[in-house]
Amino acid sequence: MRTTAHETGSDRPAAPPGRSGAAGAVASWWGGRTGLQLGLLAGVALAVLLLGTNTVGNMARFGITPGFDFLARPANFEIGESLLDHRPQDSYAHALLVGLLNTVKVAVLGCAIATALGVALGVARLSGNPLLSALVQGYVELIRSTPLLLQLFFWSATFQALPAPRQAFNPLPGVFLCNRGIQLPAFVDGRAAGWALGALLLAVALALGGAALRRRLGLAGTGAGGRMAGLAVAALAVAAPAGLLWAAGVPLAVEVPKLAGFNFAGGATVSPEFSALLVGLVVNAAAMIAEIVRGGIQSVPSGQWEAARALGLTRGRIMRLVVLPQALRVIVPLMTSSYLNLTKNSSLAVAIGFPDLVSVINTSANQTGQVLETMAIMMGAYLAVNLAVSAGMNLYNRRIALRGMP
Amino acid sequence: MTDTILSAAPPRVVAAPRWRRWSHGLFGSPLNGVLTLACVALLAWAVPPLLRWTVLDAVWSGPADRCAEAAGACWAFIGEKLRYILFGFYDQDRQWRPAAASLILLGLAGLSGTPPFWRRATLALWAVGLATAVLLLTGGPDGPAVPTERWSGLPVNLLLATVGMVAAFPLAILLALARQSAMGGVRTLAVVFIEVTRGVPLIAVLYVATLLLPLMLPAGSAIDKLLRAQVAIVLFVSAYLAEIVRAGLQAVPPGQYEGARALGLGYWSTMRLVILPQALRTVIPSIVNLTIGVFQDTTLIVVIGLFDLLNTARSAAQDPAWLGFYDEAFGFAALVYVVFCVAASRYSLWLEARLRRG
Repeated sequence: MRTTAHETGSDRPAAPPGRSGAAGAVASWWGGRTGLQLGLLAGVALAVLLLGTNTVGNMARFGITPGFDFLARPANFEIGESLLDHRPQDSYAHALLVGLLNTVKVAVLGCAIATALGVALGVARLSGNPLLSALVQGYVELIRSTPLLLQLFFWSATFQALPAPRQAFNPLPGVFLCNRGIQLPAFVDGRAAGWALGALLLAVALALGGAALRRRLGLAGTGAGGRMAGLAVAALAVAAPAGLLWAAGVPLAVEVPKLAGFNFAGGATVSPEFSALLVGLVVNAAAMIAEIVRGGIQSVPSGQWEAARALGLTRGRIMRLVVLPQALRVIVPLMTSSYLNLTKNSSLAVAIGFPDLVSVINTSANQTGQVLETMAIMMGAYLAVNLAVSAGMNLYNRRIALRGMP
Repeated sequence: MTDTILSAAPPRVVAAPRWRRWSHGLFGSPLNGVLTLACVALLAWAVPPLLRWTVLDAVWSGPADRCAEAAGACWAFIGEKLRYILFGFYDQDRQWRPAAASLILLGLAGLSGTPPFWRRATLALWAVGLATAVLLLTGGPDGPAVPTERWSGLPVNLLLATVGMVAAFPLAILLALARQSAMGGVRTLAVVFIEVTRGVPLIAVLYVATLLLPLMLPAGSAIDKLLRAQVAIVLFVSAYLAEIVRAGLQAVPPGQYEGARALGLGYWSTMRLVILPQALRTVIPSIVNLTIGVFQDTTLIVVIGLFDLLNTARSAAQDPAWLGFYDEAFGFAALVYVVFCVAASRYSLWLEARLRRG
């Protein structure tokens, strides 16, 4: 239930009569008490000016020129892992970009996996099976009542305590767990991986577009052309890039990691730091998402279930057609804040040695002394990432909120 | 009249016996049966080794060599290091001071949660209690001063969290009122501060406070590192608390504002006497939840090199004599946090139910 946005506590006057349009809107926004407001704004500006002058003066005492020129200078530090190719002689700007991409990488992967796990756990909590429900509840309670940093320390210690490559665990064929990280099978040619990802995104986009088209044409729920079209889209999305790659002569072979000497060769390696961070964030966020999903589903009145059952719908279809569309209206806004939390929490990476944005910023600030600039970049980057997530989720929220409204 | 209504009421549904409901839940359908078996398998896989490690094979006392031989947990390590984990580098023979300070802070937090203490006099109690706790930690009034670098362990968590909440409160109320204000300039300032603070992680705010704050002060003046972290936490919490207070303000029915104005009350009297008491009362459960979050978030001061409970526990396992008992150290720290947080959240549920009853 949303409380109506009543202008509580505000004696906001209506636009003064006689003024209309833009001038009236500005006057109503400003709301009077000009002296007080200008005084307050001037006070804030003065404080900022004073602190700014102090900062610049102090930086000058340490022989540091304020400005963003340092970004072009070589950074001279190694970054353990990066999506881009990073060498120590690359610039600070490049190092910061690498840090930002690392943050985005862990945030995007974390949100996706945590959503899948969290939804599954939330549904399991409501499964009606007392044992399963109690297990999930215990998990959620344990996660929610310990600090995330403690959990990350635990996962970090766990990944470091894995056996050496020679005694690596082998939970799935081709997947190895050892103290050098997680070894996964990978395409021999890096280009193939990019194409595979592109094909996956294309398939998802086509599927979403197809579903939207079916709704637009009024075919949804009639079963007409549904499954066949889906299969055709999936086949096309897989076949087209594969065919192109084959034509371009890119090998599609997949390489499985093999023990060579004291380490693995071939395949892809996920570092222990990244694994610990990702697992810690996912396990933490999934507990929160499970609670959100549970609350959302429980917010749908039981009459909806009963009416749907009276119509003869099966349990799965009740969930998909009746309950979820209503539950999503409660779930999505809360999910947005979960995603934002996960993104911000990824900054704890600095404590377990993963080079995320905060970690790179910290190193840069300590090396250059350009504290003001690096802190501004850090705040700006987080605000931008947050805005992007909020904007995307709001777009989705508007879509599901409007559905079924007159 | 009432009799006929009562007799017309539907017969009470007799609940199925408990075991029937259980057996239906566990094995009512094929899917449920499979789920139950999977859960049992999971428990059978996880519980016995855990039980062996924590209890059966554990070493409860003795030197480090005995732990090295045993397969289970080394609780002797916790026994040996308990004082260090709880109070860190604080002078050994004066550790009653941080202990007393912790008890005072916990007592204050506990008292403020109980309805009879939701009154103005509690503010005075807080002022006295906080001053006493800080005085105890500084080493005064008699005896040599203890610099804040040696404050460590649990009292640091408690101090940062309680002062963080208490000092953020007035700031948060002002911010929430400013965000609701009719004055555009004031509103904009509040919105910018709240949204920027909520948009960045606490670690970023802590770094700004540690690295940037000293530069912002006039040359030659220094500010204590723990105090810097405290300032960062207060500012950070105030933005979140302001949003909670705003939710409370929005839940107060408009008639209350109109009634207060009809009585001739001005803006501040309306807020102080009519609106805020009702607004804050409705959001007490949210405030308790925020307090739990802040208490957990105080562990983040690890990244700026301060020693809270988590960091003392971790560094206890770096002692050459007791090297590598991380699992025990983290397990003990987790236990402390779980005890505090579960108690607080249970209490919050009880409070919520009580408030709903009115």
